[in-house]
Amino acid sequence: MDELITMTAAELSAAMGAGKVSAAEVTTAHLDRIAAVDSQVRAFLHVAGDEALAQAREVDRKRAAGEPLGPLAGIPVAVKDLFTAVDMPTTCGSRILEGWRPPYESTITRRLRDGGAVLIGKTNMDEFAMGSSTENSGYGCSRNPWDLARVPGGSSGGSAAAVASYQAPLALGTDTGGSIRQPAALCGIVGTKPTYGGSSRYGVVAFASSLDTPGPFGRNVLDTALLHEAMSGHDPMDSTSIDAPVPPVVEAARHGDVSGMRIGVVSEFSGDGYQPGVMARFTEAVELLESLGAKVTEISCPHFKYALPAYYLIAPSEVSSNLARFDGMRYGLRVGTGSAEEVMAQTREAGFGAEAKRRIMLGTYALSSGYYDAYYGKAQQVRTLIIADFDAAFGQVDVLVSPVTPTTAFPIGERADDPIAMYLADLCTIPADLAGNAAISLPCGLADEDHMPVGLQVMAPTLADDRLYRVAAAVEAAFADRWGHPLLNEAKGLNA
Amino acid sequence: MSVATVSYEDALQRYEPVFGLETHVELGTRTKMFCGCVQAFGAEPNSHTCPVCLGLPGSLPVVNRLAIEYAIRIGLALNAAIASWCRFARKNYFYPDMPKNFQISQYDEPLCTDGYLDVLVGGRTVRVGIERVHLEEDTGKSLHIGGATGRIQGAEYSLVDYNRAGIPLVEIVTKPVPGTGYGAPEVAKAYVTELRDMLRTLDVSDVRMEEGSLRCDVNTSLSVRGSGVWGTRTETKNVNSLRSVERAVRSEIERQAAVLDAGDRVIQETRHFHEDSGVTTSGRSKEEAQDYRYFPEPDLVPVAPPPEWVAEIQASLPELPSARRARLLAAWSLSDLEFEALRNAGALDVVEETVAAGASPADARKWWLGELARRANDSGVDVSELPITPEAVARVAELVASGSLNDQLARQVIDGVLEGEGTPDEVVAAHGLAVVSDDSALLAAIDEAIAANPDVAARIRDGKVQAAGVLVGAVMKATRGKADAARVRELIMQRLAS
Amino acid sequence: MSITRDEVAHLARLSRLALTEQELDHLAPQLDQIISAVAQVQEVAAEGIPPTSHATGLTNVFREDEPAPCLTPEEALSGAPAVELQRFKVPRILVEE
Repeated sequence: MDELITMTAAELSAAMGAGKVSAAEVTTAHLDRIAAVDSQVRAFLHVAGDEALAQAREVDRKRAAGEPLGPLAGIPVAVKDLFTAVDMPTTCGSRILEGWRPPYESTITRRLRDGGAVLIGKTNMDEFAMGSSTENSGYGCSRNPWDLARVPGGSSGGSAAAVASYQAPLALGTDTGGSIRQPAALCGIVGTKPTYGGSSRYGVVAFASSLDTPGPFGRNVLDTALLHEAMSGHDPMDSTSIDAPVPPVVEAARHGDVSGMRIGVVSEFSGDGYQPGVMARFTEAVELLESLGAKVTEISCPHFKYALPAYYLIAPSEVSSNLARFDGMRYGLRVGTGSAEEVMAQTREAGFGAEAKRRIMLGTYALSSGYYDAYYGKAQQVRTLIIADFDAAFGQVDVLVSPVTPTTAFPIGERADDPIAMYLADLCTIPADLAGNAAISLPCGLADEDHMPVGLQVMAPTLADDRLYRVAAAVEAAFADRWGHPLLNEAKGLNA
Repeated sequence: MSVATVSYEDALQRYEPVFGLETHVELGTRTKMFCGCVQAFGAEPNSHTCPVCLGLPGSLPVVNRLAIEYAIRIGLALNAAIASWCRFARKNYFYPDMPKNFQISQYDEPLCTDGYLDVLVGGRTVRVGIERVHLEEDTGKSLHIGGATGRIQGAEYSLVDYNRAGIPLVEIVTKPVPGTGYGAPEVAKAYVTELRDMLRTLDVSDVRMEEGSLRCDVNTSLSVRGSGVWGTRTETKNVNSLRSVERAVRSEIERQAAVLDAGDRVIQETRHFHEDSGVTTSGRSKEEAQDYRYFPEPDLVPVAPPPEWVAEIQASLPELPSARRARLLAAWSLSDLEFEALRNAGALDVVEETVAAGASPADARKWWLGELARRANDSGVDVSELPITPEAVARVAELVASGSLNDQLARQVIDGVLEGEGTPDEVVAAHGLAVVSDDSALLAAIDEAIAANPDVAARIRDGKVQAAGVLVGAVMKATRGKADAARVRELIMQRLAS
Repeated sequence: MSITRDEVAHLARLSRLALTEQELDHLAPQLDQIISAVAQVQEVAAEGIPPTSHATGLTNVFREDEPAPCLTPEEALSGAPAVELQRFKVPRILVEE
């Protein structure tokens, strides 16, 4: 593989800054990589090609002219197709938006672009971010670079697969129930769900508005922190955006240290349903933390077991409303004849996949008069209790840890038509989404059974995103010593 | 199925009407409720939209602070309680003029609750309870093409313009108003009139019903007299003028009475009011009540108006119509009916300004409600739109009071001013319109009149003083109205007494 | 059984989804299963617990009444399946709102 594609974003940035390589060369190298492997990985729905090169050349011009550039200038970033961007189509992984080119773009892509990042393409995803495998995409499933017969996770599977297969050093995703952390774990890379409200949702097509959190993917902790910092911050166009300084995540990523930290292992996240290989790697990670000077205890979060059902009431309720606008009247697919009512129903029938339909109907049910209190209303109360569990836990420990997901990447098709089995993938990730806390997934080894990556989840209080990076950097460094090489070197799924 | 008609009087014999009103007010903010698009009535279609008000995927709403302030202003003016904490909610239903297929509104946490508006009708005050005041966003506008009437029924397709989508609306809902009896239609109309005046005073909307910035839906039900049981209520839409409010209530009372008399049930439904015929026809049946699946709007955070802000708004409220009414009733010693006449003629402002310019309240009222109201009516405008200022009217009143003009001359002066000839003094000078105050000139005319009407003169000498009117008239004619009639009569009597 | 096939068909109509009979056959039992599973929230004793609709604790986020740039009509209509007289052309609407 070309050196330019195996270098980290931090290294590329330094090399470009030192004049050793141009942004155009970096982008070209990645476009070549995409051309070489994406037919196998199928991470991208759209490759920016000429536009990306133009962005890169503009960075080179600015650098030569001494104009100011952001920290990610010249770095290729893959963008989950849930983000609107002005020069690329946005499909959200759905046929109902096939070919749609938005007349505006998201705050995050605009900020990255303004800083000189190169938006190299749009990545595949579960339709409207609903899913844990990317199999719900209307455009086919992406593949896990570790084993092309397995899923990369979801819903940000394309972004995770792109990074794990070196097609881009960085990628944007969104996390609503685990959609960044779970694919990161399944693909052996790093992914973070920032504190809710820490990154702008303006221009990010809404799935579950009170849960959606845009976040970064990278192959290592520092790279992920660089993107986290560049994409975060208050946005007056988003009423739920937090007006506070971005936590110093890059600084924390450069100074990993857990000595004296109190770490809580969530006792509810173990036992039946957890793959032994996953638990083995997780247990080792916990022991590692102890060996690095952390004080580890078990913490019970008794309401966490209700997080999954609460989530599968709140998220579908919000999405049933958010997806109502897709009716063939103003943009996107229009199908059918007859009255407006008929065309709307036929368009949505043709444009949405099965999971989208299930969740829309589930949400409609949960919000119906007569059912609201018992379902949606109750779920919102459970949410309060989960926040209370976190508050109580963080009164005793600095961070919580758990596996990211009960199993490694499963074979494509295994759970595709078993919604409940699919939902179980989110067991450990959902609580942080419901409470709005920050959480990270980083690789902690391969499961013995299948040699597929396992992820360690670290959860921090809201606005303590930097604490995640402090822990993750320490763990990463210790594992690097132990393993002697990046874990990704062991990914043998691709021919390239 | 047609039902025998019932007369209004007949209906009121057996039934007690109860009505309620839901009024939507388009706020006069510069920009929309949740985005920075400028409000622009009558602009080219789809020229004032953005991702937010078009509901494009990924867009997010942000609340317009001024709209909250205006809504609080309205709530305070209606004596309502302002919520210390409330949220927006999504009202979910599919309709092409709603870009998101949900409307951001308020559900069980409205911004203002439990107020009242005192309405002056037929000389008495009716207190209309206000249930709630809340904020929501307006929808786009559709043109229905292909049908005979331009309405949805029979149309082949529709064309949607989203310029109006997202404009801030305040919805004001009354509590049911029972006990108005025969006066129900008048009270309903008076409520809307009073509300409109109040909103105009608050400067929160231009409240033009004909432009749609003030829209009313009327709810009506009948209770069998003496039963104490309220009947089923219907909702009537397309009530586009004050007169229609009155007619719609009246027509629904008659219709429901006929239905009940026939032994049938009143169906809970939405009806459409027809301007031309003055009756309502059935629209959507509310029995399949729409479930809007309300839930708190997740893209917006709660609104918790700080008490200091509410106090500031309260302190900055202008004098409200009810307070003004109390003040003027006292200052001008008017009865409620006299006041109502002024209010209904739209003459309150001009009369007040005329008094401020020096006229007596009685004189100001006399001219504005009399001659000027007539002239306004003839020209089809409001009195306030006549090309004559309150200062000018005060001057005319002053000239009459001082004896320089009589009423007839004063009318000519007013004509001159209305024609654009200048100020009253300029008109007087230009036409030489002064009361002849020189007795000798009058005596000449009087002698001529006596000579020309010897029989009348004789009757007067005999004691029939009323006959003097004929001579006065002759003198007035001879002087082309420039005499003071009272002085003429005085001189005539003196002349004939000798 | 938490939900019948007929109720699912009703939900589909409410959600403007013209499901085929085969889809209904397939999705209805799945929905029934899911509803049974999520009903687990009802086990939680939540007497007096306030619901959380917003995790941030933010209130009073406003914008000033200042104009911002808007889209041109071409941009606004750019994705429209049908346009006439610079408006979005939509099929005939059956029920008046």
